[in-house]
Amino acid sequence: MPTDTIAVAMSGGVDSSTVAAMLRAEGHNVVGLTMQLWNQRRMAGREGMPESVQGRCCSLDDVYDARRVAQQIGIPYYVVNHEERFERDVVRPFVEEYLSGRTPIPCSLCNNHLKFDQLLIVAQQIGAERVATGHYARVAYDDARGKLNRKRWLLKRPADLSKDQTYFLFGLTQEQLSRTIFPLGDMTKPEVRELARRHGLALAEKPDSQEICFVPGGDYKRFIDAYLAEQGEALPDTAGELVTTSGEVIGEHAGIHNFTVGQRKGLGVATGSPLYVIQISGANKQVVVGGEENLYSRALRARRVNLIAVEDLREPMRVAVKIRHRHEPAPAMIERTGADEILVTFDEPQRAVTPGQAAVFYDREIVVGGGWIV
Amino acid sequence: MQRIYLDNNATTPVLPEVFEAMRPYFGEQFGNASSIHHHGQQTRAAVEDARESVAALLGCHASEIIFTSGGTEADNLAVAGLVETGDHVITSSIEHHAVLHAVLHAVLHACKHLEEIGGEVTVLPVDGRGLVDPDDVRRALRPNTKLISVMMANNETGVLQPLEEIGRIADEAGVCFHTDAVQAAAKIPIDVTRIGCHALSISGHKIHAPQGVGALYVGKGTQIQPLFYGGRHERSRRAGTENVPGIVGLGKAAQLAKEGLDRGDDKMMAAMRDRLQQGILAQVEEAGVNGAGAERVPNTTNIHFDHIDGEALVIALDLKGLAVSTGAACSSGAIEPSHVLVAMGLRADQARASIRFSLGKQTTAEDIDLALALVPDTVARLRELSPMYKRTALSS
Repeated sequence: MPTDTIAVAMSGGVDSSTVAAMLRAEGHNVVGLTMQLWNQRRMAGREGMPESVQGRCCSLDDVYDARRVAQQIGIPYYVVNHEERFERDVVRPFVEEYLSGRTPIPCSLCNNHLKFDQLLIVAQQIGAERVATGHYARVAYDDARGKLNRKRWLLKRPADLSKDQTYFLFGLTQEQLSRTIFPLGDMTKPEVRELARRHGLALAEKPDSQEICFVPGGDYKRFIDAYLAEQGEALPDTAGELVTTSGEVIGEHAGIHNFTVGQRKGLGVATGSPLYVIQISGANKQVVVGGEENLYSRALRARRVNLIAVEDLREPMRVAVKIRHRHEPAPAMIERTGADEILVTFDEPQRAVTPGQAAVFYDREIVVGGGWIV
Repeated sequence: MQRIYLDNNATTPVLPEVFEAMRPYFGEQFGNASSIHHHGQQTRAAVEDARESVAALLGCHASEIIFTSGGTEADNLAVAGLVETGDHVITSSIEHHAVLHAVLHAVLHACKHLEEIGGEVTVLPVDGRGLVDPDDVRRALRPNTKLISVMMANNETGVLQPLEEIGRIADEAGVCFHTDAVQAAAKIPIDVTRIGCHALSISGHKIHAPQGVGALYVGKGTQIQPLFYGGRHERSRRAGTENVPGIVGLGKAAQLAKEGLDRGDDKMMAAMRDRLQQGILAQVEEAGVNGAGAERVPNTTNIHFDHIDGEALVIALDLKGLAVSTGAACSSGAIEPSHVLVAMGLRADQARASIRFSLGKQTTAEDIDLALALVPDTVARLRELSPMYKRTALSS
């Protein structure tokens, strides 16, 4: 019987609940932890936000579900509060990125700053050397026998590619990976639900969460309004011109945070052919629009790079690059062009490369690394 | 794993004698205390015996005791029963939420943040020791002041407030004076006439009676509006069939508490608490007692362990078998920095690094030994892994 202690990050959903039940059944000492990251009632009713929110992450309902699972499988369970840190490292940057004309990914920031940082610290403090989560991904140690890698922890895509969450995990360091386990990496979602049923978990049929946990209903514009109002800050005036790719002004817009690259609806201008947002310029508050053909780019630059499978990128490397969560990795070359910058050159131009999103590099199922698109 | 329970300010175990006293009232003694017949007479007698015991603990007459569902109801009954819209209320920043929110609701019909409160409520500050200044009470008085509500002992620090002085001020001004004595009852001798209060709340489960029963003392001559309407129970001040087993338990616990205080058990409790406190401080650097300069109830010590996260310490200790707590927990079980410690002037990080140890009648010297064996090591481990501590260590 194993005697190690594993902390399971429990969200109250099927995946992490099943992880806790699995590890418990294997005989590990399991401690359930839920991170209280955001008070869902905080924005309720403000600036048109919904009065009540149902079943969102960090809601009382989810904490209740996680606690019931912990009681059922017989493990100690605790809620740890990281609301301040979440607001500082995830919510604020989320708002600021939109106001700067970028399209952020709060889930990656949360993984980097909360789940695999603060939670690992708490876990270690309470005597758990490793943390398990319900992410669909795999971790493996390369013992230097592979041709590419030498004694490094690897992040790999999961068996169920339709649930692949490696895109959100590209920021994990070697130290973080060495202390992380993803028990669902070899399973498909239906298998996980079946296992949850076999463990008698009442939430086996609970629907998956899809949206950003602190933006109920997915209306991020309303959220930004509500958040700034709550903070007593005025919404910065980011209104400006709507221009074509050739620089012709064809209208005005109410604020750059209302747009995302590739967006077609809600541009407020009528033309013969469909128009798309091609580029958002935070500096001069311009939104550049054009035809679909203008949406394609052959290259992008990524900064704040984290490399996982290799220690450094000394020479150009052939990889496949994913530029948003729902994107099939596209063949490309990556090369270092600065101390903290990587140039990605695609074999085929890619649609809607969006600043603020991540570019994650894959060598088959292995995550080589990634960075933030600028 | 041996489990040690040092969270008696959260709740206490029901003492075996209390449980035995209650047992018949779940079974053969089932009558409704309002019934005319034999069964009713039996339970009526039990309820009135319990009332005598509670009155004896508080130094009042039995007719001045109203049984409630607990401390929160007692606080709400006192506040809502004495205050009307338009009245001015004086309270303190370290009250339990049962009082603070009851006051806000009674006066403003809304639970607002403290800083948003308008003129009808004065929330008095406390000093670094956690004490209300009676002169502040005097200065806060207005022509329409109806109620002063200041707690006897704080639930987090155990600090005892200068109630007799506040009572004199209330008396001179002709203002009602309520005190939440939930954390003081059974721990120190209480005499309502010496305090000069018009109303005083206690809770059963803080004094080794079960959860779900409490009492409010309301002095003769003080008119109080009920919260519940219905039958003429509790002299029409609290409608609803009596919780007889709970009331019997509260009566027994009050009787045992009175006997204990007469024997001087509180001195032994204080000695045990002091040994725990001094033992910890002797082994842990950069730690200190919150409310050290003030008089405290004998069972409580609240210690800040700088550079760590109190939440993690509570979890780590629980996994080793020691139950203690941080500040007040919210409904999801997560922690906001304690409003009491913040009001005393602690930095938010110090408030978050604070742990409350609270002893009960069942606590043994061996429990203290085991706690002393666990706490310093656990704090050391947390500090070793704490980014806050490393930063401080590097910069010093």
